[in-house]
Amino acid sequence: MNRIDKLFKDKKKDILSIYFTAGFPELEDTLPIMRALEKAGADIIELGVPYSDPIADGPTIQDSNTLALQNGMSLNKLFEQLAKMREDISLPVIAMGYLNPVVQYGIEKFCKKCQEVGVDGLIIPDLPMKQYISEYKDVFDAYGLRNTFLISPQTSEDRIREIDKHSDGFIYMVSSASITGAKSGISQEQITYFERIQKMGLSNPRLIGFGISDNETFSTAAKYAHGAIIGSAFINLLKKAKKEGELSGVITSYIKKVKGE
Amino acid sequence: MIAVDENGFYGKFGGAYIPEMLYPNIEELRENYLEITTSADFQEEFRSLLKDYVGRPTPLFFAGRLSEKYGAKIYLKREDLCHTGAHKVNNTVGQIILAKKLGKKRIIAETGAGQHGVATATVCALMGMDCTVYMGEVDMARQKPNVERMRILGAKVVPATSGSKTLKDATNEAMRQWINNPVDTHYIIGSVVGPHPYPEMVARFQSVISEEMKLQLLEKEGRENPDLVIACVGGGSNAAGAFYHYYNQPEVRLIAVEAAGLGISSGKSAATTLLGKPGILHGSRTLLMQTEDGQVVEPHSISAGLDYPGIGPVHAHLFDSGRGEFVAVEDEAAMQAGIMLSRLEGIIPAIESAHAFSALDQIKFNKEDVIVINLSGRGDKDLETYIKWGNY
Repeated sequence: MNRIDKLFKDKKKDILSIYFTAGFPELEDTLPIMRALEKAGADIIELGVPYSDPIADGPTIQDSNTLALQNGMSLNKLFEQLAKMREDISLPVIAMGYLNPVVQYGIEKFCKKCQEVGVDGLIIPDLPMKQYISEYKDVFDAYGLRNTFLISPQTSEDRIREIDKHSDGFIYMVSSASITGAKSGISQEQITYFERIQKMGLSNPRLIGFGISDNETFSTAAKYAHGAIIGSAFINLLKKAKKEGELSGVITSYIKKVKGE
Repeated sequence: MIAVDENGFYGKFGGAYIPEMLYPNIEELRENYLEITTSADFQEEFRSLLKDYVGRPTPLFFAGRLSEKYGAKIYLKREDLCHTGAHKVNNTVGQIILAKKLGKKRIIAETGAGQHGVATATVCALMGMDCTVYMGEVDMARQKPNVERMRILGAKVVPATSGSKTLKDATNEAMRQWINNPVDTHYIIGSVVGPHPYPEMVARFQSVISEEMKLQLLEKEGRENPDLVIACVGGGSNAAGAFYHYYNQPEVRLIAVEAAGLGISSGKSAATTLLGKPGILHGSRTLLMQTEDGQVVEPHSISAGLDYPGIGPVHAHLFDSGRGEFVAVEDEAAMQAGIMLSRLEGIIPAIESAHAFSALDQIKFNKEDVIVINLSGRGDKDLETYIKWGNY
């Protein structure tokens, strides 16, 4: 069974997904960070594939992308690093990246590699639903990859229903009209939006991301969905941890704090 | 008329590869732009501003000495005489009227050399709209006068500090800011790039160039069609406008001139059709200069307006289908052509446009051929580059 499906079958709330950019802060940090996340009690690993022009991301994730590329990260390198991932990592792993590097690598080859190393799903923010259905869905399905779409406060109800129909895995709820890392705290307006979506009775589970950084924002968001996603705040933590030279300990105490343990 | 399909594709190129957060913005535009821009009301305001504010129609000038030198009948379409000094304003006038009709309160734009930024700041001042222009930090330093022009016009200029800190990063930043302000803001893209409907919409606004050319040629030559139209291409808005009404007339040769920078194989070039592969940038599938891993490569051209790693999807199709002929001109040759035009016709062209003139040395044509070169902008903004180059 796909690990994403299994997770949402077994766990209905407080799911914590952590994003970080592969090859950041240093090229060979990818696997150690994944191991630390598993040990610390995260539920999903969202692995960012760095890109030169990440238009949905704020400065924090942009910089981590730039640095990872400077470090020498590429899809070839990433698949090399992930080759033995499943020896000691059992969490669902989602690759998040922009469309162009995937297209250049070759869609089919990319999906096949993902399956080989044990990636469970994909988030490609600039792959539109229409194109996905007509050109990509069959390939993703053939290699057992779940595809996640984003919705935002501006997404119309009809469009959300359509997205729900074509999603498998989960729906990524962007918490506000923003790029990543742009806002902090959760406003009443956002809660109204969370409630509106909650009441729609969608068939896919939902995770809320963008603007989630600590226990307070995580637990608030988790009340209105199956869990939440942390990205920029975790990237900032990695930057700090690297200076202190102790990745695993810093990650563990952060994850525990976010989960209120 | 350059046809685009319902999904915004020109052949294999185009589309709208955008994050879902931009979908409502783009969809609002897509659903409304044709109805609004073809309405009598819109057309009246647009035409009136083009005439009285921009100064259209721009002259079609018979360049006698240049014709003599090259042995053909060469006309210059004088977009350099538009208000603000280039064709860019044709598009910003159109988009600002559209933005008003969509009820938008704020305008954002990207700019490379600053020409589109100035054209946007200008129409925002005219319409009393709030204006923010994103510009790469590197470009801000090398195009200081245009930064100040925008500020004098009341616009806020925000540096794009990510990536290579140039035009592509300014475009990324403007898209991000549009994600952050989806309801009250309109994004005025300056070229025939970006997600559908932008390339098609910008081409329509610029199509006034070839619309006038037809009438003017009929008057001067007794026929609407020239034998060749030559235009420079970065993103490609002036070329899209100059080619627009000739696209379906195969007897008219369409010559697109790209910037070869320091040379095609120098690693410092912006000749996208020669060096690029199909890829996705700024919301459309087009030809793109990129590494094997699909990372976007930073281009180089002495002309900031051609310094873009992609090309409008309409031009990618023009190239792919063989309808257009593509020529690449190096920095040095473009500068020499700029001086040549200055000396032969008393017109100092923008360095972008100078590339188009240099193409005359590379292409074959007949003595009786009528050639129209789109003189897209004037050289005032480039004085510093001319001076630095110094070879005159």
